Amino acid sequence: MRFGIVVFPGSNCDHDAYYACKKVLGEDAVFLWHKEESLEGVDAVILPGGFSYGDYLRCGAIARFSPIMREVVRFANDGGTVLGICNGFQILQEAGLLPGVLLRNASLRFVCRYVHLKVENAATRFTNNYTRGQVLSIPVAHGDGNFFTDPATLHHLRENNQIVFRYSDSGGGVRDDLNPNGSLENIAGIVNEHGNVLGMMPHPERATDSVLGHTDGRAVFRSIVHWTLTNIRGEREEKERWATSAQPK
Amino acid sequence: MFIARIRITLRPSILDPQGKAVEHAIATLGVPAVKDVRIGKYIELTVDEPSEERARTATEEVCRRLLANPVMEDYSFELASA
Repeated sequence: MRFGIVVFPGSNCDHDAYYACKKVLGEDAVFLWHKEESLEGVDAVILPGGFSYGDYLRCGAIARFSPIMREVVRFANDGGTVLGICNGFQILQEAGLLPGVLLRNASLRFVCRYVHLKVENAATRFTNNYTRGQVLSIPVAHGDGNFFTDPATLHHLRENNQIVFRYSDSGGGVRDDLNPNGSLENIAGIVNEHGNVLGMMPHPERATDSVLGHTDGRAVFRSIVHWTLTNIRGEREEKERWATSAQPK
Repeated sequence: MFIARIRITLRPSILDPQGKAVEHAIATLGVPAVKDVRIGKYIELTVDEPSEERARTATEEVCRRLLANPVMEDYSFELASA
């Protein structure tokens, strides 16, 4: 399958995402400059982490008006797979593709460390290679990751199983003292109502290669490949490709 | 032609950790009468419209769609002839 990684001025995790897709998974991946107006036929779009437009005005507020975002919004509204990581999550909220907002961390500090993440929903196209309740070790690196929304939206997210990841301990316990940024209910990642857009603050792309210490993030990308090959590219091709991509690299 | 003077503030329900930090600094400074610090943004822009009504509509639109995020912020503005 083919991943498209959007590059904004100030993106700095674009190459990490490319590496995860291309080198670790062995899939096709292309960079999409923010001024382009075509997604070049990709099967999934990644909005990477970074500081698009220097975080001017609000994180993600200006990136949302980049020419390519019109196509990303159209793609998402047609059911296309969109993954926003960190700054990408902020951009998705600003673009109206995901609810809520990411406020300044409650501590006022930039948080950069490994956290434990509990998989709350393993039935999405981003998490089908995990099991529900599985605990991952994945890094966070952000100053504005404090998820907030109004009570009605929060209720809806819960009822509709849209909360995908929560900050937890290594056993999957979710408590206030494990919350790195003050997010409501320890929320680290959510999907939209239709489940085709995921935003998450932690960086799965930084945990895909054993050389770098952790590989728990790899299954996010594997899940997307699995879902795409099963649902988009046809079952026959899926069987062939999955058999080879499942080999350890 | 008008000048819009726009204030953007965090909604009352949103915790303002930056304001809190400044509040603590003010306490250390030794001015105990000062409290409830809230930090916002001030933006000035020129609107090239002939009438105040049209200038208001244009300013509303940029506030609503770009300058403020209604999930966490409120905005208000004044227009002055330039």
